[in-house]
Amino acid sequence: MKTIKLSRALFRAGMLTMLVIGSAQAAKTDVTIGMQLEPPNLDPTGGAAAAIDEVVYANIFEGLTRFGSDGAVLPALAKSWEISDDGLTYTFALQEGVKFHDGSEFNADDVKFSIDRAMAEDSTNAQKQLFANIDSVENVNGAAVITLKASDGNLLFNLAWGDAVIVPAEAIETLATSPVGTGPFKFKNWVQGDQIVIEKNPDYWGEAVKLDTATFKFISEPTAAFAAMMAGDVDAFPVFPAPENLAQFEADPRFTVVLGSTEGETILSTNHKQPPLDNIKVRQAIAHAIDRTAIIDGAMYGYGTPIGTHFAPHNPAYVDLTAKSEYDPEKSKALLKEAGLEDGFSTTLKLPPPAYARRGGEIIAAQLRAVGIDVEISNLEWAQWLEQVFKGKDFGLTIVSHTEPMDIGIYANPEYYFQYDNADLQALLASFAEETDSEQRTSMLQQAQNIISDDYVNGYLFQLAKTGVASAKLKGLWENSPTQANDLTGVYWED
Amino acid sequence: MKLRSLVPGAFLVLLFFSAALVSYVWTPFDVTLIDIKSRFQSPDATHWLGTDHFGRDLFSMLMVGARTSIFVAIVAVGIGMLVGVPLGLAAAANTGNLLDEVIMRTNDMVFAFPALLIAILITASYGPGAVNAIIAIGIFNIPVFARLSRAAALSVWKRDFVLAARAAGKNALRISLEHILPNITNLLIVQGTIQFSLGILAEAGLSFVGLGAQPPIPSWGRMLSDSQTLIMTEPQLALIPGLAIVLTVLGLNLLGDGLRDWLDPRLRRER
Repeated sequence: MKTIKLSRALFRAGMLTMLVIGSAQAAKTDVTIGMQLEPPNLDPTGGAAAAIDEVVYANIFEGLTRFGSDGAVLPALAKSWEISDDGLTYTFALQEGVKFHDGSEFNADDVKFSIDRAMAEDSTNAQKQLFANIDSVENVNGAAVITLKASDGNLLFNLAWGDAVIVPAEAIETLATSPVGTGPFKFKNWVQGDQIVIEKNPDYWGEAVKLDTATFKFISEPTAAFAAMMAGDVDAFPVFPAPENLAQFEADPRFTVVLGSTEGETILSTNHKQPPLDNIKVRQAIAHAIDRTAIIDGAMYGYGTPIGTHFAPHNPAYVDLTAKSEYDPEKSKALLKEAGLEDGFSTTLKLPPPAYARRGGEIIAAQLRAVGIDVEISNLEWAQWLEQVFKGKDFGLTIVSHTEPMDIGIYANPEYYFQYDNADLQALLASFAEETDSEQRTSMLQQAQNIISDDYVNGYLFQLAKTGVASAKLKGLWENSPTQANDLTGVYWED
Repeated sequence: MKLRSLVPGAFLVLLFFSAALVSYVWTPFDVTLIDIKSRFQSPDATHWLGTDHFGRDLFSMLMVGARTSIFVAIVAVGIGMLVGVPLGLAAAANTGNLLDEVIMRTNDMVFAFPALLIAILITASYGPGAVNAIIAIGIFNIPVFARLSRAAALSVWKRDFVLAARAAGKNALRISLEHILPNITNLLIVQGTIQFSLGILAEAGLSFVGLGAQPPIPSWGRMLSDSQTLIMTEPQLALIPGLAIVLTVLGLNLLGDGLRDWLDPRLRRER
């Protein structure tokens, strides 16, 4: 009797499993995206964390313009725009019939509100400099008219950032926990420490997305990330945290490995206010002591492109300056001697959690030790790193990847955590912002790259590669990371 | 017959101690030498246990790692004994008094805290490193030894020769040092070996989560955590330090058991 019951139960369980699997195969319209870091909040206009944009950019929030998967600036909420002859007035014609997720209408007043809010004195926008050149925003007969203080070739690019998205005035208080935007996905729920779920916005003004729901799952441990991918709990990890596992995914037909470029310049950041690192000879000595190939191979298993300055190699304006800081330990020792430090010196190397920093740091410490620089490593959690290094400026050296696009502007800010102060570069980048001629702009960017390379401001290591892993049937994810985003608007499952 | 666990235990412990001691003067390779090109080598005549993800010699790392583990554990157990035993003896000498209560209740409080949590607290406020790991592990050894020595001392205090010493006018301090302590040493040694093995485990655990010895100092716990993501492709990188920890802890426990039997006078008579 018992055996009959048991077999019946087993049979039922089997049928149930088949049903579940069957229905899943028929129409898969949900996706689970793995991310290593959880966003601290969900307001891209009020926080610097890349993880915020990686959830909401293009999915929940949209700006007047947006970045495409290749980094091109595309129209978004602005249908088209006209630029006045003096380059000072931009008239944006807006998309019609656009509604926020709370049902309210989107119009030029929302544009005015959002940009005014970002520009305001008390604004908490992490990229306030994007709006520094804007004089005013007005609603003129339903069009958004932006007037500039000086002509600016960057405006359309700046407005494409996640920090410049359009937010509704009514929902501003709760934006951080339940975001309301105009995007093709609506926020559904957030289980802190675990996942964020977004669902299809049926009233979307543009082309409807193919997915019904998308889940962002936060898995910080590389081993757990590996297990989750292998078990199928996660469909894609756009930036897989352990490059050493990619070969295994490549060998498995269930997965595709997507290698692309990111905007992440990975640098050995140097505190310019801490002797002897304020001495250019010492910084040059450090630069020549570093073997980039060993770091890229050892820390990233070969994924990464060497850089010689703070600029993305896939950008047309990039100049390859790696030769200026080629690996030459003898030269490094000679430079230390010139600086009066033939016996070497000691400094600190504070490392945030990612593998590029922890493993790269161990390799760099060994390389610096070889020329006589004694480096004391301390491994920090992100919160500690932000507190001690980024805010407190209490460090000698650190390794971090700067993932914002076109962020060479940080070198013009003497208050930035590495505290590089060069009036020439500041003047150059100020005039760059006003320049509209594209050839002239390229040449200015190249000049700036040369200046920071010649000053050996930081140790330039490599451009972070986008090492993504996805289920082989999942299509439409971005190959490259021209900005911090996981744009799911084009994602679908292939049968 | 009673040496069944003593001998293999002593052998294993001796093996790791000598590896640690030899590493001060000689290792096959420099453990701070990073050579990416020769990473993931299989064991052969040059690299006896192969190389790790940075091309470092695994055998050398194991030797120096033993040194780190043993050093941390010895100092931590030392702290525990040096502070805990006098506290326990003082409590026993003043049993029923306020001092006894204060010492033992403070002990209970420290005992009640999860050890790893306190270790994380210490390293979060004073930074990670071997020294802070020692302090953290040391603090947790104090109540162990205090409790043990108090309990053991209490039973000795009731013995006739202690009564005789008291009658002869010796004060509590002298009695504790001259009569109580020698009679509980066996117990302390046995407990010391057990705590020592726990110390090695704790050090490995703290290093595993990044709070122990910082790179480039090799440590078994960090060797394990470094090899986590490679466990499918290079399993030996996790197995070797893992086995080292298991064997050392096993050796110390066997040694502790063996010592207990060997030092126990009741069992000695049977021998």
